[in-house]
Amino acid sequence: MKQSIFKITENRALTDCVWLMRMAGDTSDITAAGQFVNIQLDGLYLRRPISVFDCEDGILSIIYKVVGKGTEKMTTLPVGTELDVLTGLGNGYDLSKVGEKPLLVGGGVGVPPLYYLSKKLIEAGKRPEIVVGFNTEGEIFGVEFFEELGLKVTVTTVDGSRGVKGFVTNALDAIDYDYICTCGPEPMLKALYRATECSGQYSFEERMGCGFGACMGCSCKTVTGYKRICKDGPILEKEEILWEK
Amino acid sequence: MGKMNVNLCGIELDNPVIPASGTFGFGYEFAELYDINCLGTFSFKGTTKDSRFGNPTPRIAECPNGMINAVGLQNPGVEKVISEELPKLFKVFDKKVMANVSGFAVEDYAYTVERLDSVDQIGWFEVNVSCPNVHGGGMSFGTNPEAAAEVTRAVRKVTNKPIIIKLSPNVTDIVSIAKACEEAGADGISLINTLLGMRIDLRTKKPVIANKMGGFSGPAIFPVAVRMVYQVANAVNIPVVGMGGVSSAEDVIEMMLAGATAVEVGAANLVNPYACRDIINDLPRVMAKYGIENLSDIIGAVK
Repeated sequence: MKQSIFKITENRALTDCVWLMRMAGDTSDITAAGQFVNIQLDGLYLRRPISVFDCEDGILSIIYKVVGKGTEKMTTLPVGTELDVLTGLGNGYDLSKVGEKPLLVGGGVGVPPLYYLSKKLIEAGKRPEIVVGFNTEGEIFGVEFFEELGLKVTVTTVDGSRGVKGFVTNALDAIDYDYICTCGPEPMLKALYRATECSGQYSFEERMGCGFGACMGCSCKTVTGYKRICKDGPILEKEEILWEK
Repeated sequence: MGKMNVNLCGIELDNPVIPASGTFGFGYEFAELYDINCLGTFSFKGTTKDSRFGNPTPRIAECPNGMINAVGLQNPGVEKVISEELPKLFKVFDKKVMANVSGFAVEDYAYTVERLDSVDQIGWFEVNVSCPNVHGGGMSFGTNPEAAAEVTRAVRKVTNKPIIIKLSPNVTDIVSIAKACEEAGADGISLINTLLGMRIDLRTKKPVIANKMGGFSGPAIFPVAVRMVYQVANAVNIPVVGMGGVSSAEDVIEMMLAGATAVEVGAANLVNPYACRDIINDLPRVMAKYGIENLSDIIGAVK
C-alpha cells in the first residue's frame, strides 16, 4: 500500500452514469489486476474504493459508476485536480492459478478490472475470452478496449437490445473454457458459481471503512475462516466461497 | 523542542498519542507503513472471551465529517489473541501496549483480563463497557453506574495492572458513571466511545447499516468529546484518556487542556493510515506555536 498524490489527466463519461478517469502518479504499489485504489475527496470523510481498470507507465485508470455523493463529486473534477490516493489495495487475481483457457466474466461496473487482468494474462501468454453483461444497450461500455487487445467479446443484455439476450450465464454454452475470473454484482457471481463446474476467482464488493484491513468493516465468512474483503480479498477463490451449490 | 512525555497510571509515555481500539487492529499491519514505536502506546482490537464474527454487513456508513460503524467486536477470541496476534505485534512494537477487552457478562470481562494479565508487554487494560454494537452486553454495562462499578470490581480482583474503564457518551450523566468506576477501583477513565447513530439510504429507503444503528465517530463528535472529557476530568482524581474525533496535533492539545492525560485517535486512522505518526510529528510545531514547553503541564489547564 502506498499513499500518494495523483493528478487527473482525463475524466470523461462513457455512458449516462459510467465515467473513465485517468491520473498520473506513483503506480509502483499496484502489483496485480483486481486490486483497487481508495480515493480521498474534498468534503467527504471516508475514501472511495474503486477498482483498477488499467495501470501503465505511471498512469492509473479507473472506470466508476455514479451511485452517490462521492462518485457524483468525482465527475465534477477537472483535469489537473490533485487527489490523495491509497494504491495497491487488495490481493488481486492470482495469475498462477488461472487455467489454459480462461474466461473472464464481468457484469456492469464489474467489467473494468477484467481489462487490466486481460493485459496481464496476455503478457503471461494466455488468451482469455470475455463475456460482459449489462441490463440494456445504453449501459454498455468498455467492449472496444477488449477488442483492441484482439480478444473475443460476447455481450449479453437482460432486455436483448444487443448481443445475447439474458444473463452472462446464457452465453457460456458457446464458449470453451477451463477457468473463470469474474467481477460483478453478487447475484451474477452466485449465478456463475452455480452454473459452472470449473474453478475460478470471484471478486467481491462491500462497503468499506478503511480499505486496508484495519477496521473490520467489510468482513465476510469463508470456508477458510473470516476474511476482510479489502485486505484478504476482494478476490476469493471459488472453493472458499460459502454458497450453496 | 518541548517535552511530550506524559505519565499514564504510573507508566511513562513518550507522547500522549494512542491509536484507539478497533482502528489499528493488532498494530502489525500499520507497522508495514511506519515504525509504530513512535506511538505513545496503542489500544489493540477489542478482545472477548470467545471468537466473534460480529455483525452482518454493511457495517459502515459515511456521515458529514465522520462515519458510522457497526462492526460488533469482531475478534478471534482471547486464546488466539494470545497465541497468534500478540506474538506478531510484539515483533514490531517494543513498548507497553493497552489491552482493550469487552464482555457480555461480568464474568467474561474478568476471564479475559485474567487470561491476558500474564502477558508482560500489556501495560494497561482498557475495559470497554460502552460498545454500542452488541446486544446484551457492551454498552449496557456502561449506561448504569452500578453495572459499570461491578465490572470494574470484577477485573480489579484479577489484575494489578492499571485498569482504564472506557465509557459511553450515550448516557444522561457520564460523571456519575465515571465516579462509580473510580470508587470501584479504576485507575483511569477513557472516553468517549462512539455516539449511537443511524443513516438511511434514500434510494432503498432502508438503513445503510445492516444492524440499523451503529457508532458515530470522526471530527463531527469532537466537541461532544471535549465537553465530556472536561466534565469527567473535573469530577475524578484519576487520569482521563480523551478521545472522539481527534484528527490533529491541535485536537490533542485541546483534549489535554480539557483534562486528558493521554489522547486516543480513532477514525482518523481509517482515512489516513499515517494519521498518528503525522500528529506526533506535528506536535512540537503546534506546542511551540502556543508556547507550550511541557505537554504534561497543560493537562486540565482549563478550569
